[in-house]
Formats: sequence, structure tokens, C-alpha cells
Amino acid sequence: MTATSLPAAEPVLEVDDLRVELRTPRGPAHVVNGLSYTVGPGETVAVVGESGSGKSVSVLALLGLLPARVATVTGRAVLQGEDLLTMSSDRLRQVRGPGAGMVFQDPMTSLNPVLSIGKQLIEGIRAHSDVSKEVARRRAADLLGEVGLPDPERALDRYPHELSGGMRQRVVIAIALSNSPALLIADEATTALDVTVQAQIIDLVERLQADHGTGVIWITHDLGVVAGIADRVLVMYGGRCVEDGTVDDVLEHPAHPYTRGLLGSLPDLAQPLVDGRVPDLTTVPGLPPPPTDLPAGCVFWPRCPVRSDPRCETEQPPLAVLSPGSGGLEHRAATWCESGADR
Amino acid sequence: MSDILVSARGLEVHFPVRSRGPARRGGGVLRAVDGVDLDIYRGETLGLVGESGCGKSTLGNALLRLVPPTAGTVTFDGTDLTTLGRKAMRDMRRRAGMVFQDPFASLDPRRTVAQTVSEPLEVHGLRSGRRERAARVGELLELVGLDPVVAGRYPHEFSGGQRQRVGIARALAGEPDFLVCDEAIASLDVSVQAQVLNLLRRLQRQLGLTLLFVSHDLSAIRHISDRIAVMYLGRIVEIGPASAVGSSPQMPYTQALLSAVPVPHPALERSRQRIVLRGDVPSPSAVPSGCRFRTRCPAAFEPCPDVVPALQPVGEAPGHLAACHLHGVVGTPVTEVPEGVTAHPPG
Repeated sequence: MTATSLPAAEPVLEVDDLRVELRTPRGPAHVVNGLSYTVGPGETVAVVGESGSGKSVSVLALLGLLPARVATVTGRAVLQGEDLLTMSSDRLRQVRGPGAGMVFQDPMTSLNPVLSIGKQLIEGIRAHSDVSKEVARRRAADLLGEVGLPDPERALDRYPHELSGGMRQRVVIAIALSNSPALLIADEATTALDVTVQAQIIDLVERLQADHGTGVIWITHDLGVVAGIADRVLVMYGGRCVEDGTVDDVLEHPAHPYTRGLLGSLPDLAQPLVDGRVPDLTTVPGLPPPPTDLPAGCVFWPRCPVRSDPRCETEQPPLAVLSPGSGGLEHRAATWCESGADR
Repeated sequence: MSDILVSARGLEVHFPVRSRGPARRGGGVLRAVDGVDLDIYRGETLGLVGESGCGKSTLGNALLRLVPPTAGTVTFDGTDLTTLGRKAMRDMRRRAGMVFQDPFASLDPRRTVAQTVSEPLEVHGLRSGRRERAARVGELLELVGLDPVVAGRYPHEFSGGQRQRVGIARALAGEPDFLVCDEAIASLDVSVQAQVLNLLRRLQRQLGLTLLFVSHDLSAIRHISDRIAVMYLGRIVEIGPASAVGSSPQMPYTQALLSAVPVPHPALERSRQRIVLRGDVPSPSAVPSGCRFRTRCPAAFEPCPDVVPALQPVGEAPGHLAACHLHGVVGTPVTEVPEGVTAHPPG
């Protein structure tokens, strides 16, 4: 929640026209189609979308985690002055860790089940800094303490199966933060967790972010989580950014019909009752398009409840500025809709 | 005809735990459902909410006798299910349907939609003759919003949301009175979740179904339910009208659970106080004595370890009950410590 008060600092990450094409048996899949955004120090950017919107692939591409045999990645992604996409794999290995840490959805599959927690932490620490085992072990214990694991010394000798899901995710976060990265990428990091544990993890990340000034990319489908943590929101659909802006602009004044549909289809605890019951949800009919067969024109038009402009089906709408936005960040949407920014 | 369709009294489902490894000795008991009294009224939607491992799915299964209860009774429309023979139980099953979480695992990939949906018709002898069954399958598919022409297709040809509709059509084939939906929307995308939630609400009204909606998602629960029951470590800790439980919860666990649910309003999210609970849910094979929530409860006080709290009327809404000593110490004193219950759990 600090971005608005920060001076215009050098961004941690600058992504420009990122495109990812995957080779599939059904032909080329255009999974990410021209994504541009920046992440400032201490800022949280939420990338929102449903399955298949390209949100996960877009960050896997940043860190060179897509196999080159099937993925073609183009564009620029500058992390602290260096382009991640043209980097050698050796340099990239050095950057993962101190440059960017990543937390994935399922803590059970991102930890090695046959290595103790301590081994996995120490491995990461010693890969990036020339310290003795003892020093690394002490730092590992400190990190586990920092993410709130009880009795960190003993936890070092435990194995992932001995911990609960929430505790495992804390360990994954400790590993991601072990080299004080400038950028933390969390891909559905709390989706597999219960809400009370999710609240603990979100608290933890916010605290660590405030302490270390880490820039965060938070990928999620949960707009409630976004409302709580994000400074800036990017809504993805069909591999494109269809709307972005500050969290208040996008969630309170959604302009793109897809963003509105997504918000309308969310059961909302804060919603007032009508005749003692919660009114029916508005739904988005149909399904997202497969990335192998994206529609011409606006990616959303086949499902769009308000399409009326003749250009919808033929011409791709640009991300146009709707308002200068709050906090100096423009509110933009890619739609031919003229209905303005208010619901 | 009684107002109550399904009723549980003192329901317990305990699983034996075989210990492995040198560190543990002897067998234990996992108390998945541990003394539940519950009435589900005809035509209502009851939401059963709780976190992973609280026993909500086991309770849903036990009400349909999909798992055998170790103690207590389940009554369905006046008949005690726990003593029913195989044949009688099968007839009873027609009247109770189940929609499962994973639409990918709950449909047989080698059977067409028509075969899947018509199986209950054959088993219960509801429609004689192929043509009549095919007509009924068409009706059921239309009811859940699918085009009857898809009857000949296989599950892999459908999206998750469409498969869940097939699962619902199958559950409705026996013309049940009671439908248990166990995390029926959990594996679906947000916009598809909304479609299925609306469908369930429509079907419930249209067919006069009694619905038990089991979910970890409080927003969805509050959206669809008339009443909400909150479960923690095998017990119901709070129950009442959805509006009362949803807006003025009386038990600290429910309060924490509600405060942890993020809402999509930035200003509200920033200003409201989240109650962040300490630690993890204790293991259901070592539940704390007295009130099970006391080890994490921010308001725990003297009687909590010594008296098992009973559900008592709380708040202003009629039918709003909570098991919490903050509203007066009511319950059974802890005299002996049964197996699997820890008087003083570590931590």
C-alpha cells in the first residue's frame, strides 16, 4: 500500500510487449499477446484472470522457466537494468534468487519431499553467496523464524510431509526470500490454503514487503485477495491485458465488460440482501476462447453481453486511457464500449 | 409430515489410525465427525462451512450413509437410516442425490452422458423402455441447461462447468428430495462458479429440493444458503439463519473465519480488521479437551478446557445457536479423557 506515497523510483521490473507462443499439437497457441507493465519497489501488482488467460505463463516466461523447444518468447523484460529475455542461462540462474524469487500454488510439489527443510534452504543460500554451512544454517533458521515457523532450529531438520499446508507455504516463501530478491512472484500462492491460513500468509508477505521494499507480482483469480493487497491491477483475458489501473479504479469502476462480468459473478459477503436473500449473480455466458483459436477483433466479443460497435468483431481495441486515475496511475481498458467507467 | 427431512443425533464417525514409524506407538482414533446434532428442514438450503479437515465432507457422506457412522443416528423423512438393510437403503438412495467436487473424477470417461444420467433410472426402475429413458435424459439435460443433443457425447468433450451440470443431472435423475453438494463449485473458474450457483438456486426453488451445500467458501455459502452451519474439528460450533451468521457471528471461530474472507472492495479491505488466528488446526486425532477451538481462540478463559460447550441460543435471530462459553457456560464437564482427546495438547 505504499506505491502512491513513493517518489517516482526506478522500477524493479519493466515488461514491454511480452509475447509467448507455445507449440501444441493443435497448432500454435498464442498464450500471451503483448503484455506491458512495470513493478516499482515495494509495489504489489496483481495479475487477475481465469484459467487459460495466460497469467501464469507470462511470469514463467519472465524467469526463463518455459522449455525453449515449445515456447517462443519475445518482447523485453528488464529486471534491475538487465533484460531477462536475452540473458544467458548461466546469468539467469544467478538472477533467480537475489533478483527474483517465486512462490507457486502447491507447496507440496514445490518442495523436495526427500530433503529436509534445512537442506533446501541452505542449498539456495549457498548457491548465491559464499558462506560456510554454519552461517547458512543460522541464516536459514532466522528466515524460518521470520516467516513465523515455531521452533525454527528444529524445523530445519524436518521434512515437508511433517508440516501442514500453511507451514509448507511459509517454507517456500522463506526459500524465495532467502536471497532478499528485488522482485517476488507469487503464482496463486494462497489458492490451495484455507482462508484463515491465507490471511496469515498475506499478512506475512505484506510485512516482509514493507521491511525489504520488495516488488511483488501477485497472480490470482481471487478478486477479494486483490482488493486487500494490490496497488495496481492488471486484468488478463485471452492472453491480453484488457484493463489495468489502480486497485480502486479497476475494482470500483470497472470499464471492460469482462472485468464487470468477473466482479458480478463473485458472491460477495459485503453485498446487501434483497427481500432477505442475496440477489442472483450475473454471469458471463460461455467459456474463454482456446489460445489456439482466438477470435479476431476484441478477444471478449463472443461472450460480451453489451457488444454493439461494428469494430468489436473485426478490429482489436487498443488499451485506451479512460482517466488519469488516482495516485498518478492511468486507468486503461481495451474495449470499444463507450459506456464509460461507471457501473 | 414433519418439517424436518434429515436429522442427525449424536452422530460420530471415527476412523482408526494405524501408526507407522518408530516414533508413534499404538493405534489412535481420528475423530472426523464427533457428536453432531443437526436438523435439515424440508425445502431449505443448509450451507455447511469449515476449513480442510474439519469433517464437513465426512458429515455430508454420513448423512447419506456413504460412510458408516460409528455412533449416533441419521433419520431421513422419519426412517432411521442406520438400521436399514441393503435393499431398503438402496430405495432410500433414490431420494437423496450427491454432487461431487471434481467433475473430472466423478464421471466415467468411457460412458456417454446419456449412459451416466440414465443409470439411476435403470437401477431404480423409474422408466421402463429405452425410449422413455432417453426422453427423461433429454428432460434432465434441459433442466440443468445443457442441449439434449449432447447426450451421446463423452465427458472429455465437455468443460468443467458443463461436466458439473452433467453430474447435477445425474443426481437429479432419481427425483430426489435431498441433494448433497460437496464442494460442487470448488474446482471451477469464477465465472463458471456463478453459473452453477445460479443453477442450483433455480433447481432448488423449481423442484422444492432440500439442499446441503458443503463448501469452504463462505461467500458462496452465504450466497446460496438459508441457514449456515459452521464446523470445527468434527463439531458444529455455530448454526443459524444465513443473514445472522453471515453478519453477526457469535462464536470467535466464525468471526475469524468471516474476517479472513477477502471482499472485492479495496477501501473496505483496507479499513477492516482481519482477525488472524495463531497456529494451525489441531489434528482430529488429538483434539483439545473442552472447547476444541480454545487452543487458537483469542478469547479463551477458565471454563474452556474443562467444559465441552453445548449449542445455546445467541444473538437476536431465532434459531441462531453457538457453542461458546462467552455466552454463558453451558455444556458437559470434562470428567474423563477419552482416547484421542488431549487434556493439554502441546503448543
